[in-house]
Amino acid sequence: MSGADHTEALQAAVAAARADATPLQILGGDTKAFLGRPPVGEPLSLAGHAGILSYEPSELVIRVRSGTPLAEVEATLADRGQMLAFEPPHFGAGATLGGCVASGLSGPRRPFGGAVRDHVLGVRLLNGRAEVLRFGGEVMKNVAGYDLSRLMVGAMGTLGVLLDVSVKVLPRPPVEVTVRRPGSPGEAIEAMNRWAGRPLPLSAAAFDGEYLHVRLSGTESGVRAARSVIGGDLVDEADGFWQRLRDQRHAFFQSGLPLWRLSVPAATRPLGLPGKELIDWGGAQRWLLSDAPAGQVRAVAAAAGGHATLFRGADRSGDVFHPLAPAVAALHRRLKAAFDPDHLFNRGRLYADL
Amino acid sequence: MPAPRDKTALMAALQGVLPPDALLQEAEDLRPYECDGLSAYRQVPLAVALPSTIEQVQDVMRLCHRHGVPVVARGAGTGLSGGALPRGDGVLLSLARFNRILDIDPSNRIARVQPGVRNQAISEAARAHGLYYAPDPSSQIACTIGGNVAENSGGVHCLKYGLTVHNILRIEVVTVDGERVTIGSEALDSAGYDLLALMTGSEGMLGVIVEVTVRLLPLPERAQVILAAFADIERAGAAVADIIGAGIVPAGLEMMDGPAIRAAEAFVHAGYPTDAAAILLCEIDGTNEEVSEQIAQVRGLLLRGGATEVRTARDEQERLVFWKGRKAAFPAVGRISPDYYCMDGTIPRRRLPEVLRRIAELSREYGLPVANVFHAGDGNLHPLILYDANRPGELERTEELGGRILELCVEVGGTITGEHGVGIEKINQMCVQFQPLELTQFHAVKAAFDPQGLLNPGKAVPTLHRCAELGAMHVHHGQLRFPELERF
Repeated sequence: MSGADHTEALQAAVAAARADATPLQILGGDTKAFLGRPPVGEPLSLAGHAGILSYEPSELVIRVRSGTPLAEVEATLADRGQMLAFEPPHFGAGATLGGCVASGLSGPRRPFGGAVRDHVLGVRLLNGRAEVLRFGGEVMKNVAGYDLSRLMVGAMGTLGVLLDVSVKVLPRPPVEVTVRRPGSPGEAIEAMNRWAGRPLPLSAAAFDGEYLHVRLSGTESGVRAARSVIGGDLVDEADGFWQRLRDQRHAFFQSGLPLWRLSVPAATRPLGLPGKELIDWGGAQRWLLSDAPAGQVRAVAAAAGGHATLFRGADRSGDVFHPLAPAVAALHRRLKAAFDPDHLFNRGRLYADL
Repeated sequence: MPAPRDKTALMAALQGVLPPDALLQEAEDLRPYECDGLSAYRQVPLAVALPSTIEQVQDVMRLCHRHGVPVVARGAGTGLSGGALPRGDGVLLSLARFNRILDIDPSNRIARVQPGVRNQAISEAARAHGLYYAPDPSSQIACTIGGNVAENSGGVHCLKYGLTVHNILRIEVVTVDGERVTIGSEALDSAGYDLLALMTGSEGMLGVIVEVTVRLLPLPERAQVILAAFADIERAGAAVADIIGAGIVPAGLEMMDGPAIRAAEAFVHAGYPTDAAAILLCEIDGTNEEVSEQIAQVRGLLLRGGATEVRTARDEQERLVFWKGRKAAFPAVGRISPDYYCMDGTIPRRRLPEVLRRIAELSREYGLPVANVFHAGDGNLHPLILYDANRPGELERTEELGGRILELCVEVGGTITGEHGVGIEKINQMCVQFQPLELTQFHAVKAAFDPQGLLNPGKAVPTLHRCAELGAMHVHHGQLRFPELERF
């Protein structure tokens, strides 16, 4: 176990920043500087605030300090045959659990195993008044008070500094196999959704432009039976495929073009936008490499019932995340003020006015 | 209570925006709305509004906002924490007429429904497509999806399929000042803060839910249940840890203690072993092959774990019989006692034997029997306190015992409510679970949505003043000084 409790120092740093109105840039492993709008402010490092606080495999819960490396958390769980079911991306060796929760990113297992927000059970955080607050807990069911733990997920650090996070963990499936078959994007989307509507042990489904990959996870006999339904060819070393997809090391992502993430209803037809498309999450997440104008990409995502994020590249000084409806944007501003009235944390990282 | 002239003006304005049969003001019409499932608390509202369109809800909200009148939203009124308890100076907003399933989209596996649609009706409608809506609170034949969202309702299948928050995609909300807002989308996530999670379980404090889009899941090919009996609670608790530790995620994992077993058996004759200290019901669902493999595994674990008896349901009929006793546990306890009070704490599973032992001690101290049913998979404990409301002082003693049990849940690292909500019932225990700064943060969040505090006032989050008074009163062991004083 590495790291120590830096709560007091972090609290003092936030209090000092508040006193002289210095904006703070919250850093974990600093592996996602590319994400969101450009970071500003004095660095506030959580990297030393690390360590696993409790882990009881039979309770299916782990509680860690937010600077704990994701890799350390996953290795600890793997030792006991468990995992983070949201399969978070690692955009560098230093990626931390806190950064993972703050950015709210989930990997290929998401449509079947749930997202980061589905597994967060509790947090301890520092708000913009330098107060240490605890919400949620280490139990699966908890409806005491507003769910402020889940509100932190994907907030890009704009509402508070995460100190500790409790997450639900799940057993690793005994057997996982991946099969693939060639096809068109339209066929792939149709097949993914047809299978997802049947009681099959799916744990990932992605189309990389050439092949539809489907991962099956479960008991040996269950996976065998599902394979006979789905067909296709067995993929060797499939873990590597899913990890490359998860971490954007797959060949698709090696491009100088801006990378868009479109989150849409799973059965949405191919988007027909200029550029190259990779389909993940059983159809619900579309990666698009394209220099199409932002307005066009966003309009297509919105028309499909979803939203578009400028994930990497291009000019990031405007809106990077999908613009909000005016009433929702107003709620965001009021919530920001409720947690961080002086706009200390990750100013403008999510939206310009937060 | 608004002055009579203000009331007259508000009623005239509401009549102007609602159909003639959609505004109730007469005492006999208001009476059915005086309480929800927690009938110990009753209050007749100023009026009941029964809108049937979103525009009407917006109009009602705008008018109440303009007049500074509180609004309490209500679905089917099955809640167990008094969350829909009306205000004497406020309008009760019933969503009962929003009872249509608007759309089922089988290819995207989602359903768009009005908030007054019953939980079970969604699964019934989705069944034709081989789909269902997973959260199944025990009141599912009556409770509505809007209420489920407001309370973040659970059910027996939470461990594997999650709570309401895990199974909804989008809600349409009318804000306190009558604005319509879309939160979430038909995609798996949305831009910005996770307002969908914040709204879920917010007990009608942040907005009025007027439409819900839910995720549907494929119906499992097969479900099978095992019943195991244990001579002591410790072994039953250890068996739960064995099953989870073996990497199995059961669809349902329920425990009942001796008093609950005997009450259920006397009521529905499910064939439960009445001499057992505890029984476990473990349901596995999935494909045929998975179920066969895991049922065999669970059976072995239970036998090795010291179960005195292990029975696997032979067919669907026997599976339903096994469940019948568990599902009838509350009414079964209702048969053996004039009244019962259902608690709803969650604890880390490993603390179960200790918590049950201390509940038994408290039960003796107060002279009130307690039967326990336990969602063992997710640690959600429902102690049922048996009492007789006709005996002077017994309800008060029952509530005090209930409060002590919830405080015990917090002490062992759990929470005062797993799935029933805080409402009015557990408002004092919120002072035990949260520090003043945390409650202040809750109030700041509330104010971001409802600065004047008109939505369901007095529920879910206590004022610091109330907690301070309560803290001072704890010295007197809950015996209130000045009980006639109002305390908020």
